[in-house]
Amino acid sequence: MKKIITALLMTLVPTLGLAAAGGVHLDKADVDLHNQASLQNGAKLFVNYCLSCHSAAYMRYSRMGQDLGLSQEQVRDNLMFASDKIGETMTIAMPASDAKKWFGTKIPDLTVIARARGADWLYTYLRTFYLDASRPWGVNNVTFKDVGMPHVLWELEGLKQPVYEIYKDHDGNDAKRIVGFEIVQPGKMSPAEYDNAVRDLVNFMVYMGEPAKLSRYSIGVWVLLFLALLFVVSYAMKKEFWKDIH
Amino acid sequence: MSKMQEFMGWVDDRFPMTKMWEEHLSKYYAPSNFNFWYFFGSLALLVLVNQIVTGIFLTMHYKPDAELAFASVEYIMRDVNGGWIIRYMHSTGASAFFIVVYLHMFRGLMYGSFKKPRELLWIFGMLIYLALMAEAFMGYLLPWGQLSYWGSQVIVNLFGAIPVIGQDLSIWLRGDYVISDATLNRFFAFHVIAVPLVLLGLVVAHILALHEVGSNNPDGIEIKKNKGPDGLPLDGIPFHPYYSVKDIVGVVVFLMFFVSAMFFLPEMGGYFLEYANFIPADPLKTPEHIAPVWYFTPFYTVLRAVPDPFLGVIAMGAAVVILFFLPWLDQNPIKSVRYRSPLNFMNLLFFAAAFIYLGYLGVKPPEPLLAEMGLRFSEVYFLFFFVLWFHSKPRSAGFSYASLIVLVGIYSLYDVVRISEGNMGLVTISWLIPTGYMAIMLLAPLFTNLNQEKPVPERLTK
Repeated sequence: MKKIITALLMTLVPTLGLAAAGGVHLDKADVDLHNQASLQNGAKLFVNYCLSCHSAAYMRYSRMGQDLGLSQEQVRDNLMFASDKIGETMTIAMPASDAKKWFGTKIPDLTVIARARGADWLYTYLRTFYLDASRPWGVNNVTFKDVGMPHVLWELEGLKQPVYEIYKDHDGNDAKRIVGFEIVQPGKMSPAEYDNAVRDLVNFMVYMGEPAKLSRYSIGVWVLLFLALLFVVSYAMKKEFWKDIH
Repeated sequence: MSKMQEFMGWVDDRFPMTKMWEEHLSKYYAPSNFNFWYFFGSLALLVLVNQIVTGIFLTMHYKPDAELAFASVEYIMRDVNGGWIIRYMHSTGASAFFIVVYLHMFRGLMYGSFKKPRELLWIFGMLIYLALMAEAFMGYLLPWGQLSYWGSQVIVNLFGAIPVIGQDLSIWLRGDYVISDATLNRFFAFHVIAVPLVLLGLVVAHILALHEVGSNNPDGIEIKKNKGPDGLPLDGIPFHPYYSVKDIVGVVVFLMFFVSAMFFLPEMGGYFLEYANFIPADPLKTPEHIAPVWYFTPFYTVLRAVPDPFLGVIAMGAAVVILFFLPWLDQNPIKSVRYRSPLNFMNLLFFAAAFIYLGYLGVKPPEPLLAEMGLRFSEVYFLFFFVLWFHSKPRSAGFSYASLIVLVGIYSLYDVVRISEGNMGLVTISWLIPTGYMAIMLLAPLFTNLNQEKPVPERLTK
């Protein structure tokens, strides 16, 4: 009966977050789309570390420049390595067939990946690579087990070894799970700096997933204010017309 | 005569302009006591217009081609001026349409708006609902995301469960052995022209039928029965200007909700736009969890509640089709829930809760407990229609007990077949849900005065 009551109660709980990754704890990314410096830093990281293998084929350099407060020259000099026309989208030179051969899978386009995976997932994913000699690139990932991608940001983060904990699984057998990491080779950044860098990168990817997000909240507020005004007027009109109805 | 009147006279000699205006607006007498629930008809019309207008603009940039479709939607979202607003109006509009239509249908259920003489009005409405489901289903393929693809795959495969013709039928629907470019192209054709034409025709029929018989109202009293010396209903007021100005207020309030969703929560936590649908369709990679969009999930739960695929399809179809028969199932002469028994009110409330719960279960993976609940509430869903018929008139004690035993017996028989050591506790406890429901609904009239109906007044109460 208790089970049934629980099941019934669950209907009352709003169930958001359908795409929640299977059981992995996700850290909060806390990105801020209004932080332009963070977006610019994220863009720099993106074009330097991601854009060699991943495309962002629906994102135009020119649009990025406009939205991130950068001039065409700044974009051209600092952010365009894969193309020379500012109006182009962020495509890559690597043929898909080669990618499949080298990484064992199609390399996903990243334009809207933040909308599919969510900012928290990306933030956690990029911070949970660990050394695993059994994998082709020498690293594995807690958030995306056996991922085909190498730890591209290792220069920045350094390399980490997992810390295991032995626990009893529900059959009573010993099993081990990863509870933390220890750095075996430090990178250019401290852990806190690395977290911030990943946050900037994820911030940029959230922006890239939906550039309209920069303006849609403020437009929405204006539309609602207009409707509020319209409500007052239309309600007064209704009252006036209905005076003689009882 | 002013120039304007002169012009209208000229038109009226050639086209029944004034006549139509009067028949459907300025001299269409509607009951004066419409409440909150009566906004949803005009709102459905508003959303329909929104879908058509935004849809036209979307077709100007969308490309119905498996190679280009996903990218063209992103192109609309980024490079088309105001494209994201149009697209969000359309995607939010799809969900809004179902919210409005479900509330509109529940209104009909509460106030008996499907009863004589409004049977055809109800049937046209149900046909609109069917067309709307087809329209939404085919539209959902167009963004060509993972759930567009796999959702369609699952639904079209359902037709494959039909014996003998099933396989050929699903190939015929897809135009291919799997969902492919051919499917996308034909779904596009259906979505942008075939089904909308049917929808518009049905909406006209629905409104003509409504204006022929006149609107029902929260009291469920026919206003045409009380006419003044001038031949006009005493409790009626002209639709225009009274309800036109009132509906404008409803429209503005509705738009506030609509706009809030559109600008602040366009994905609605993955319900209006599913997250996995931002990954382009990949025929080689099945997503972990394929859930239909929220408005189909109650019926999806009914489908999953039946282990046999073909019987599941039958059950799901029956869950929709049975609504067509409401006018003949509920024969109680009292229309409005206001004057019917408290028991009937409880029945309606429980049905609405069960429907919402079935919808919730449809988005969840079918874990044992949830799957069991899916079955039990599917049973409740169908039993509701029996109860509705049962409450049509006073029933004898013998008939009440016999009905209870037969109906509980039917699903209990199935429980006996499927019960095993593993699910014993769950099956027996959950058995109490439909059984308790049936016991209360069928036996309460014998032992309590919960089935006491109230006298229906001659005139509208307010």
